[in-house]
Amino acid sequence: MDSKLFPEGTQRCGFGQWLIWMAFLVGVFLWGFYAAVLVLYNGIGTTGLDNYFGFGAWITFDLAVIALGAGAFFTGLLKYILKIKQLEKIINLTVIVGFCCYAGAMLVLVLDVGQPARAWFGYWHPNVHSMLTEVIFCITCYLTVLIIEFVPLVLEQKQLNKIPFVHALAHNMHVNMALFAGIGAFLSTFHQGSLGGMYGVLIGRPFAFREGFFIWPWTFFLFVLSAVGSGPVFTVLVATLMEKITGKKLVDWKTKSLMGKIAGTMLCVYMFFKILDTWAWATGYLPTVGLTFDDMFYGVAYGKWLLWTEIVLCGVIPAIMLVTPSIRNRPALFYTAAILDCIGVSLNRYIFTVQTIAFPSMPFDSWQVYYPNWVEYASSIMIVAFGAIVISLAYRYLPVFPLETKLNYQSGK
Amino acid sequence: MQVKEFKIKWGMVIDIDKCTGCGACMVGCQVENNIAPMTKKDPYNYVQALTKDRSEASDKLMTLTWMNVYELSNGKTFPEHETAYLPRPCMQCGNPACVPVCPVVATDKNEEGGIVSQVYPRCIGCRYCMAACPYHARYFNWWDPLWPEGMDKGLSPAASVRPRGVVEKCNFCHSRYLDAKNKARQDGEDPMNLADGAYNTACADICPTKAITFGDLNNPEHAVHDLAKGKHAFRLIEKMGLDPQVYYTSEREWVRKQGDNYNADGGGH
Repeated sequence: MDSKLFPEGTQRCGFGQWLIWMAFLVGVFLWGFYAAVLVLYNGIGTTGLDNYFGFGAWITFDLAVIALGAGAFFTGLLKYILKIKQLEKIINLTVIVGFCCYAGAMLVLVLDVGQPARAWFGYWHPNVHSMLTEVIFCITCYLTVLIIEFVPLVLEQKQLNKIPFVHALAHNMHVNMALFAGIGAFLSTFHQGSLGGMYGVLIGRPFAFREGFFIWPWTFFLFVLSAVGSGPVFTVLVATLMEKITGKKLVDWKTKSLMGKIAGTMLCVYMFFKILDTWAWATGYLPTVGLTFDDMFYGVAYGKWLLWTEIVLCGVIPAIMLVTPSIRNRPALFYTAAILDCIGVSLNRYIFTVQTIAFPSMPFDSWQVYYPNWVEYASSIMIVAFGAIVISLAYRYLPVFPLETKLNYQSGK
Repeated sequence: MQVKEFKIKWGMVIDIDKCTGCGACMVGCQVENNIAPMTKKDPYNYVQALTKDRSEASDKLMTLTWMNVYELSNGKTFPEHETAYLPRPCMQCGNPACVPVCPVVATDKNEEGGIVSQVYPRCIGCRYCMAACPYHARYFNWWDPLWPEGMDKGLSPAASVRPRGVVEKCNFCHSRYLDAKNKARQDGEDPMNLADGAYNTACADICPTKAITFGDLNNPEHAVHDLAKGKHAFRLIEKMGLDPQVYYTSEREWVRKQGDNYNADGGGH
C-alpha cells in the first residue's frame, strides 16, 4: 500500500503487520502520556519523589539516555572530522538514536521541573556558575543540531527527493554536515561533562563531591569518557535489535566491530580514570570530612555490590572484551560486552543520582530508600516508545542503512 | 572555599541544652511565613483520584517545615539513655552549596546581612538546590497550597504564598528584617546598625525556653556574637566547609560529637 515510499530497492513488511506493530507502540506511548498528563495536572507530588529525594528515576533516566545517545556526537566527530569512512554505514542510525535520546530527555525534563512554563528562564536569567545552566544551553542547542543532522535524511526520502529543490537542499546540507558534526561534538562533550560536573560540585554531598581540574570536578571528565565508552555500542545494539525484529541484515559486521573497538578503547581509558578517581576519593577526600569508604554504603539498596558491579562486571570486563579482537569478533560475546557496558553506564548514573542524596550527610540523620512509582515508570517508558516509533518510521520510509540492499538482496554479487 | 563576607551577618545560636523539643519554633515559623498545612483531599482537583492522594501532615518527607526539630540520642540504654533536640532552620551558609548550583539565580546571597534568599517567581523547580543542601533545609511545593476554610483569613500579608512547583526555604523571617529597618528609619536610627533584639525571627521569639538567640554575629553588642564563640559552640558538619551562620551550643560532649562526622581522622576540608 505504501510501497512507493520505501527506500530505493528495499522490501518492508505488509502494511497491516506494520499497523499492528505501530498500534502496540502507540498504545504504550499513550499509557505513558496519560501518566504525563496526570503529572502536569496534579503536580509532581504524584510521583515517588519527596524532599529527601528531589532527584530520582527521571533524572537517572535522563542521564542514562543522554549517555547512551552519545553515539551520535562521537560517531559524527569520528566520521566527519577525523574522516573514518567506515562509519558512514551506521552514521544515520546514530543520528536518529541520538535524536530520540535527546528529545526524550527533554520531554522528561518538562515533567520533572516544577514550573515547566519557566523552563526558558535558563536562558533569560542564567547563572554562569551553575553546571545545570551549561547543561540547559548545550542540550537544547545540541537537540537543534541533531534535528539539523536528521533533516537531510528525511529529505532523502524517495518521493521527497524527486523534488529538485529538496534534492539540492539535502545535498548542500550533507556538504556542510562536518560543521554541524563539529558543533555537535563541542556541545555534547560539554554537556556530558557538565552532567557529571553537576554532581561533582555538590560540596555538601560527600558521596559525589570531587576535587578536580580548573573549574571542573573529575566527574566532568568521567561522564564524558563513560558516555563515549558506551554510546557507540548502544547504537550497535539498537541496530542489532532492529535486525532481529525485521529479519534483515542492516549493518555489516566490520562496522559493528569498529564501533565496538572505539567504545572499548574509550571504556578502557574511562575505567583507568574511574578506578583512580574512586581510590583518590576513598583515601584522600573522605577522611578529610571525617568519613570512611564504608560509611558511603548501606544495606542492600545502597550496598558495595553496586560499586563492584559498575566497575568490575559492567566496566573492566566489557572493556577487556571489547578491545580484545578475538572476543570482540564473536557476536555473542560482543553483544554481551555491549549490554554490560550499557548497564554499567546506566548504573553509574543511578548511583550518582540516588545514592548521592540517600547518604545522610548529617550524622544523626538516617539513610532513606527511594522507590519510583508508576507515573515515573510509565512516563519513562513513554520515551522508549517514542524512540521506537521514530526509529520504526525512519526505518520504513527513510534510507537509513546504506548497506541494506547489498547485504540482503544482492548477496553473492 | 569561597566564603561571602558581609559587614552585617545575621546568625543564630541555639542552645540544645535548653531546647525541650516542644516544636513551638516549627509552629511559629509556619504561621509567620504562611506555610500551607498539608491537606489530604483537594476539593478543587477532580482528577486527583486518578493518581494518589495529596500528602498529609504525617508524611514528614513531603511536608513544608522550614524549621525542623531533630531528635538526637546518645545511643545508650536506660538508665544512661539521654535525648536532645536539635532545631534546624536554614543555615544561611557563608559558602552555600545551593547558590552556585541554581541555573536561574533564583537563590542568592548578595544582600547585606548574609541571608540566602529565594526568589519564588524565578524558581523553575529543578530541585538542584535541594540535592545540594546537606541540611535538607530546602522544601519543594509538591502540591498547590490549600488552606482549610477560615484559616486563609489568618494569613500574614507580609509573606508571599508560594505556588506549586517551586522550592522554598527559611529566610530568617526576612519580612521582619524589612520591618525592623523601616522602624529604625522612622525613629531616626541607622537601619544598618540595628540594636540587639530589634530584628528577631519568629522561632526565636516564640521559643518558651529561650533556646534560640538571634542577632548580628559581627556586632559585639549582640548576644550571638559572644555566644557563637563560646567554648561549647559548634556548627553542623563544619568539615564540609559550608560555613553556616547557625551555631549550636551544648555542654554535653555526645551532643557536640553528633554535630559532625568523626569516623575518619581528618583535619577538615
